[in-house]
Amino acid sequence: MTVATEQSALNFECETGNYHTFCPISCVAWLYQKIEDSFFLVIGTKTCGYFLQNAMGVMIFAEPRYAMAELEEGDISAQLNDYQELKRLCEQIKRDRNPSVIVWIGTCTTEIIKMDLEGLAPKLEAEIGIPIVVARANGLDYAFTQGEDTVLAAMAHRCPDKAPITDTEKHERNAIQKLLHFGKKKEDVAQEESEYVDHQPLVLFGSLPDPVVTQLTLELKKQGVKVSGWLPAKRFTELPVIEEGYYVAGVNPFLSRTATTLMRRKKCKLIGAPFPIGPDGTRAWVEKICSVLGITPQGLDEREAQIWENLEDYVQLIRGKSVFFMGDNLLEISLARFLVRCGMTVPEIGIPYMDKRYQAAELELLEKTCNEMGVALPKIVEKPDNYNQVQRIYDLKPDLVITGMSHANPLEARGINTKWSVEFTFAQIHGFGNARDILELVTRPLRRNNNLKDLGWDKLVREEAKV
Amino acid sequence: MKLAYWMYAGPAHIGTLRVASSFKNVHAIMHAPLGDDYFNVMRSMLSRERDFTPVTASIVDRHVLARGSQEKVVDNITRKDAEEHPDLIVLTPTCTSSILQEDLQNFVERAQIDTKGDVLLADVNHYRVNELQAADRTLHQIVQFYIQKAQKKGELSTEKTVKPSVNIIGVSTLGFHNNHDCTELKKLMNNLGIEVNAVIPEGASVHELKNLPKAWFNLVPYRELGMMTANYLQAEFGTPFIDITPMGVVETARCIRKIQEVINAQGATVNYEELINEQTLYVSQAAWFSRSIDCQNLTGKKAVVFGDSTHAAAMTKILSREMGIHVVWAGTYCKYDAEWFKEQVSEYCDEILITEDHGEIGDAIARVEPAAIFGTQMERHVGKRLNIPCGVIAAPIHVQNFPIGYKPFMGYEGTNQITDLIYNSFTLGMEDHLLEIFGGHDTKEVITKGISAESDLNWTKDGLAELNKIPGFVRGKVKRNTEKFARERGLKDISAEVLYAAKEAVGA
Repeated sequence: MTVATEQSALNFECETGNYHTFCPISCVAWLYQKIEDSFFLVIGTKTCGYFLQNAMGVMIFAEPRYAMAELEEGDISAQLNDYQELKRLCEQIKRDRNPSVIVWIGTCTTEIIKMDLEGLAPKLEAEIGIPIVVARANGLDYAFTQGEDTVLAAMAHRCPDKAPITDTEKHERNAIQKLLHFGKKKEDVAQEESEYVDHQPLVLFGSLPDPVVTQLTLELKKQGVKVSGWLPAKRFTELPVIEEGYYVAGVNPFLSRTATTLMRRKKCKLIGAPFPIGPDGTRAWVEKICSVLGITPQGLDEREAQIWENLEDYVQLIRGKSVFFMGDNLLEISLARFLVRCGMTVPEIGIPYMDKRYQAAELELLEKTCNEMGVALPKIVEKPDNYNQVQRIYDLKPDLVITGMSHANPLEARGINTKWSVEFTFAQIHGFGNARDILELVTRPLRRNNNLKDLGWDKLVREEAKV
Repeated sequence: MKLAYWMYAGPAHIGTLRVASSFKNVHAIMHAPLGDDYFNVMRSMLSRERDFTPVTASIVDRHVLARGSQEKVVDNITRKDAEEHPDLIVLTPTCTSSILQEDLQNFVERAQIDTKGDVLLADVNHYRVNELQAADRTLHQIVQFYIQKAQKKGELSTEKTVKPSVNIIGVSTLGFHNNHDCTELKKLMNNLGIEVNAVIPEGASVHELKNLPKAWFNLVPYRELGMMTANYLQAEFGTPFIDITPMGVVETARCIRKIQEVINAQGATVNYEELINEQTLYVSQAAWFSRSIDCQNLTGKKAVVFGDSTHAAAMTKILSREMGIHVVWAGTYCKYDAEWFKEQVSEYCDEILITEDHGEIGDAIARVEPAAIFGTQMERHVGKRLNIPCGVIAAPIHVQNFPIGYKPFMGYEGTNQITDLIYNSFTLGMEDHLLEIFGGHDTKEVITKGISAESDLNWTKDGLAELNKIPGFVRGKVKRNTEKFARERGLKDISAEVLYAAKEAVGA
């Protein structure tokens, strides 16, 4: 599964790591919404709290199921007892919200003062009777979306090892099953079972909005592939059964730790596929899953072709244009691969962290796509240096820069089109049906330009003295 | 440990960065882990900056944890010095670097050997001061550094300007309506015949700082930022300072009278009474407003006020003294400056609330059920939940509080803006109330475009469940499109699958 990278002609570089990205604790913002009975407690300082409150914008006012355990000077100097303090706060959370799980998010500060969260959690869990999952989603080790990876890797340990004995109970357990069987009689369910090919159980991992979960599940159902469960499920109490020998497949490119945990600790078999982003990616993802499960996929050709046809008006806008990824959320390889297929050129793909094993199939598809489209292979820059990148952007003058918000406005003022990268993390971009949403984002600055083109005010900073 | 969902004042480094990046050609380097440079996003988004925010991070990662920063910080400083030639680089510690206890001062001294620009270590303790206190301290530190530097070089000009002049201290980036206030203050000084010697830190060059002693007096419009600097300049050069915020008609007059007193004491012979009278009665509309029928209707209405010391105190006085509104309680999150606040507002409200706990404030609002709230974005959201209108008067703020149009809170134009803000908050509340009495807008039902009134189609349970997940404002459209799709294909049942097939077909 992971052999192709060695001969890869893709050019990998690594810079200084002076780049802008979100702190990985930001994952609480989408995970608390996804896992409805959870409570996320971020154990950190005012800095962490300030980031969350500002980055999450209006969400903070919707009575979020997350909070800061704000460390004070007494906690840092160990004048206060960690265990007692955490117990006090968790009891308060239990009283006010009564969640099914409390997720502790370790931060830079807990790392530095070496607070033993993994050690404290089981003790406290026994005492207060609520599962406590510990994820070290800190800025010392991880970037942005990798936060979700640390949480899901920790959650994987909580997935039941054995399916309950009776069939009905099994169905109760799995949210997807319940969703699909909703309101149906037993014989209907049995009838539905026959729509699936008999294969080894498959569990998918990666947090996606529920509508996208449904879409991807239905997509696989068309091929007779049954999704036995999804990590994470809608509720912590519905985490899927993961037995030894199950197949697992990732839906997002930043889930390497989760993949590793599922393989090494839960003894699962990982299906290394490109990610279902863009119609090409979705097709490759479905095909790869089918091939591993011994199924011949049906009708994918027409399905993909039809999606491309629907995208043509947007593809026309970007064909032949260039896009530069500054890199901050690890979706970059998949997005670049899709955009090359759309006819764009990609001089540089910045990325915070490149797991060549986990992303092997995706890298292979990127290379293949470039060759088929007859465009140069992009340079992949791990841990980029934003200052150097801006200099390269001035030289290359790309038609579009996909970047974080700290660079977007300054680049726009200099006549360079930008798309804010974080939107790709929150928009629905997976599966055949959402390919248009990706292009909706990518083409937005270009469509804006078409609307404003004759106004003559694309450069809005005074000529700077050349340094 | 403290359970916290929301904070009013940010962490200390934000204050330092606000001051550093307000100056021209000053670069801040944070000693921080990846992701702590969120300040750049805020500055770029909220104040829609066209230029790159002059803040970079010297990243603290696993390796730094293991072996210390070693050359990294020094290299980052010298590199930035060579790339951008800033006049000053401010090394900014964060909460993370505070506990690492590396000798940052030593890095600064080593870097200084190789850099053309100056290098300073921001002297703030993360666990003891907040954003506002840190900003105040950093401004003081930078001013002191350049005054002393000029003293050593013998370049300090302590001779006063010929005409009366002022330094306006405390205008900074990401401050609440700071740039509009600054314009208004300059206009006011111009009307008073006072030269503006310097405005710091916003837009100032560090080279100007040696001229600060030339001003006849210093004006500190914001309680939170600039007091330390003003006190320092007074101790060092005897420059008097005025800390009366010219916000509201009465306070603006009081500020102007104080200016008159201060400059006349230094030999000027000015009398501003005529100007105050003219502005109050005819330029500002606020005095006339307080006399008008509109304002009469507000008499005795209940309001609550919460914000930073400057704005909460000024608003309380305006509401109570200038408009006859009943301020049930006034509060501030500037706990460290509570005494000043109490002294300012005690005669203008029933109760004073000093807290950083938004829950306590929410409860206090719910308890008194005011007709309007004047607070931060947090109180605005409390108001939404309780159906009480809110005028935003202080940070923390969102992007809509960085208006492009001219909206000062200070000076005579400021009084007009505040009048609008207050009046609009209350009438909106009134309108709501009347609508409720008369049963709301009666047009709601009629407007819906009925397209499939007698639907021949059957939505299956899973189809309906998917449909209900779609946000309300587009659900009708999706429903219509899906039904059209189903009809065209002769489908009788609409399941989730059909819904998504329809979505793909219309390419939405």
